[in-house]
Amino acid sequence: MSRERTRILIVDDEEIVRESLSAWLEKDGYTLATAQDGETAIDRVKKERWSILLVDLKMPGIDGLQVLENVRKVQPDAAAVIMTAYATVDTAVAAMKLGAYDYLVKPFDPEELSLMVQKIVAQQALVRENVLLRKVLKRDYHFRDLISKSPAMQAVFDLARTAARSNSTILVLGESGTGKELLARAIYAESPRRQGPFVAMSCAALTETLLESELFGHEKGAFTGAVARRKGTFETADGGTLFLDEIGDISAKLQLDLLRVLEGRQFTRVGGSEPVKVDVRIIAATNRDLQKAVAEGHFREDLFYRLNVIPVHLPPLRDRLEDMPLLVEHFLEQLGAEMNKQVDNVSAEAMGLLMAHTWPGNVRELRNILERAMVVATGRVIEASDLGLRRPPCIDGSPTLASLEDVERHHIGRVLHDAHGNISQAARTLGIDRATLYNKLRKYQLRKDGEPEFEENETA
Amino acid sequence: MGAEIRVHVYLWWIGSGAADHDMLGTLRRQAEQVFQVPARAWLGHDRPADSFDPRRQQHSSTRILKWLIESRPAQSTKVVGITDVDLFIPILTFVYGEAQLGGAAAVVSMARLQSDNGFRPNGAQLASRLAKECIHELGHTFGLLHCQTPRCVMARSVTLVQVDAKAPDLCHDCRIRYGEIRHQGPGHHE
Repeated sequence: MSRERTRILIVDDEEIVRESLSAWLEKDGYTLATAQDGETAIDRVKKERWSILLVDLKMPGIDGLQVLENVRKVQPDAAAVIMTAYATVDTAVAAMKLGAYDYLVKPFDPEELSLMVQKIVAQQALVRENVLLRKVLKRDYHFRDLISKSPAMQAVFDLARTAARSNSTILVLGESGTGKELLARAIYAESPRRQGPFVAMSCAALTETLLESELFGHEKGAFTGAVARRKGTFETADGGTLFLDEIGDISAKLQLDLLRVLEGRQFTRVGGSEPVKVDVRIIAATNRDLQKAVAEGHFREDLFYRLNVIPVHLPPLRDRLEDMPLLVEHFLEQLGAEMNKQVDNVSAEAMGLLMAHTWPGNVRELRNILERAMVVATGRVIEASDLGLRRPPCIDGSPTLASLEDVERHHIGRVLHDAHGNISQAARTLGIDRATLYNKLRKYQLRKDGEPEFEENETA
Repeated sequence: MGAEIRVHVYLWWIGSGAADHDMLGTLRRQAEQVFQVPARAWLGHDRPADSFDPRRQQHSSTRILKWLIESRPAQSTKVVGITDVDLFIPILTFVYGEAQLGGAAAVVSMARLQSDNGFRPNGAQLASRLAKECIHELGHTFGLLHCQTPRCVMARSVTLVQVDAKAPDLCHDCRIRYGEIRHQGPGHHE
């Protein structure tokens, strides 16, 4: 199978070399083509995929090294072998520097040529197999557009798949940027309602009256500017799924309205009196602690229980750092296609920085940082300086040791972040009193959420 | 499904020394047995004239192939030239033999088969190596490609160890392929 897929281009200005070499390799079942000069070769490299190129070093016009340079740019995965009648150290070094797989001195020993071609074919087959296996592996790590191999997220995927088959209300809980809407869309796509509409609505973006009108629609003349009857999102989502994001932010009145819809599956438009019946599956989401909001009297307990039929907790990125390489690879591929720019990987140092970051903005923040890095990266590997992330103080295995103050500043920031900016809780965790913590916040210019008051600009 | 093409294989001694009649007879029988076609040992006196390359001190197998096609007996459909001179193609230091893929001619040399790091093989060993290389090149003229089974006669062999590792016969897959080619006719080897 490898042999059939192996395409070899022989580039040599001597016809006898092209013919004898292609006749010799043809009997191995490879697909062969020849080019009589560098120009033709470059043209064929631009137009067709090649596995191996056997390129003569000395040719009139464009020489073998120039062809090689072009191959490296256009088809970096192809193995280019330089053929030369006179081997000198200089030409060999130049060829290898330009990324030649190897070089052969004419005439070749048949065993040398045979072994080299076999080796290249075997290596390329391994690379293909590796790509295939990674794809299979990635498929296992996917739930629609969500990707993770962490046990916590795999449990989320399992629960979501099961929940998708039911008609029950789902409450997605998770910090900002963890992918709550992506999960809602995935559940919808896996559900029997996937033929119906999916309507997403952020409850935090609008004022109470506007949100009410958006959710339930309004009758003509219901308020100033209501020049015609308008359907709300509940009606639009009829027969499908309605995703209500930031559900923890809605007012007491809307909480009651929503409770009525959930109980009776009907509502009246703003300014109307006729009840409108709908068949809608609700997926609600919030980054707030709804149980705490209930305890503090900010959120209706009855509504909470109506929404909390199947709760799904999306873990923050900092709790599933094992996903970082997978997510980075996924976003580099996705962004590469969007930006039409190929970046293969991030450097080890850059990966170290990504692993050390606390990710308050979660996966969304990671995507944004990688997008920025893709823009500024000059090569095919993203370097640490491309990320624009502040270097964390050295704690574990960083190349330089951090000062005690740096470690303290970083640690306080992290604890505060984990405590969602709650000073008392952070102080308890740190084992200091609140006044001491306030002093340290002032000293290190940290805000309540653990972030610095201003970013330190890191020069690239 | 076409009718089987009638084939006559000629094994032509074109070496500089005298022909070994017994060895040619054995080759003929083996070729007939493997490919199930009539074969003849041919002792024509003509020899390729311009195949020697003084710079390389070897004979060009490509020029010999060209000469074989032009000079082959009229009754032959395939001819295998057997020689004792060392062969080369321009890009390689030597070849044991060369064949036209799906064509009419092949050439095989004994020169490198009878030297094994200074040790001369006995007559039977040499005959066995020559038979394998003849059958191998003849297989190419029928359109067979190199086989990845090391024991198959169609496996690529660039060292004597590889030649000795092969059996003088087609493996199961190559035999099936050969049957398909014979029924399709020439030019369908891809």
